[in-house]
Amino acid sequence: MLKKRIIPVLLLKDKRMVKGKKFKDFKDTGEPKTAVRIYSAQDADELVFLDIDNNSSSLGNLIEIVKQASEECFMPLAAGGGISDINQVRELLKAGADKIVVNTSCVKNPSLIKEISKEFGEQCVIGSIDYKISNNLREVWIKSGKLNTNLDPLEHAKNLIKLGAGEILLNSIDRDGMMEGYDLEYADKVSREINVPLIVCGGAGNYMHLADLLNNTSISAAACASLFHFGDNNPIRARSYLKNLDIPMRMLK
Amino acid sequence: MIGIVDYGAGNLASVHNAFERIGEHSEIFEDSKLIDKYDRIVLPGVGSFSRAMHLLTSKGWKEAILNHINDKKPFLGICLGMQILFESGDEKGPCEGLGVIKGKVKLLNPSSYLKIPHVGWNNLLPSKEHPVMEGIKENIDFYFVHSYRCIPESKKVILSECDYGGKFVSSVSKDNVIGMQFHPEKSQPVGLKILKNFSNWDGKC
Repeated sequence: MLKKRIIPVLLLKDKRMVKGKKFKDFKDTGEPKTAVRIYSAQDADELVFLDIDNNSSSLGNLIEIVKQASEECFMPLAAGGGISDINQVRELLKAGADKIVVNTSCVKNPSLIKEISKEFGEQCVIGSIDYKISNNLREVWIKSGKLNTNLDPLEHAKNLIKLGAGEILLNSIDRDGMMEGYDLEYADKVSREINVPLIVCGGAGNYMHLADLLNNTSISAAACASLFHFGDNNPIRARSYLKNLDIPMRMLK
Repeated sequence: MIGIVDYGAGNLASVHNAFERIGEHSEIFEDSKLIDKYDRIVLPGVGSFSRAMHLLTSKGWKEAILNHINDKKPFLGICLGMQILFESGDEKGPCEGLGVIKGKVKLLNPSSYLKIPHVGWNNLLPSKEHPVMEGIKENIDFYFVHSYRCIPESKKVILSECDYGGKFVSSVSKDNVIGMQFHPEKSQPVGLKILKNFSNWDGKC
């Protein structure tokens, strides 16, 4: 039986790890290399690295961090942030990434998704969607939440899957860093309407929030950052909490 | 020494790093003529069946790999590297495989609402014992990421299955050849244990 995944997200800025609220007010949360070592020791199910600098030197930093991570830990690694051409994808894969997270280019240059999936397979592309609610309407925002595209997140997700995305990462900007729970009903609706695995991000503040997201839904994975950054929480405890609620979790031993 | 085949598809660093971690010397090599240098070969791979076969045939890998296997040296195929051991695949159009194991590769067809690709941690249902799988308990999870499944002609080659809305073959073995649909190099300590077993395996079972 396939298990549900708990995925720590590491946001990177100037070679450091950061975490903000609603994509703003970023606070330093430490050194990524140390975090990787700890998550590896805690047997996280997978790691996602997102570079939020989006400048010319930041890809180099991201590659360096992925390279170190792939030498340290033997789990799936996904990486992204400002990915705009196939050569960047090749470099990240060569450094040890297994999957590439594409966000802004999903809107600005959707053929990139097609290109990556053709060369490296659909399992290699995570289509990432950040959305915000205004006037009761959910809309896709790109450029780290700075530009509204007016696209509908579900329709956007379906398009990305058609182009070759093997997974979708759905992130609520309104809930980011607030630790008040996921956008449950919407995440469930998206998961029911798409045929690839859905990773949901934005809002986890305690283990109950993870359970609410994963219990009795077809959602594949819960991504979280603040939960593990702030407070005495870790993937081992999260797994055992969820296992007690009969949510299928991975067995290690 | 362990040779990791670099035919132009996939994340080879992880496999190499995993062998380094368990103290086994391995090399990634791009020239198929050098294959005799290695006493055991790993064929990783992501991407599509037809693209992988195109790359393998165009660079002399096909004969080199088949010779290595015929010499009874240990051989491990991971994920797509297991799938192309079969006779044919139909990912992005019908395509001939290496034909080491009789059977074909088809799209997963899980019942009900389950999603494709099959991504994440799932446990193996062993069909037989094998030196490479020694010490691995039944309920332990391994990392999978794939959309296609291997359908061998003979049940004898099935080493384990896996349940995803119905059973599919998750590993195969035939003489000195072993294939895994999951990624041992991405499955943390239990995966490293399998790679260690492979490093010590004499190719007999």
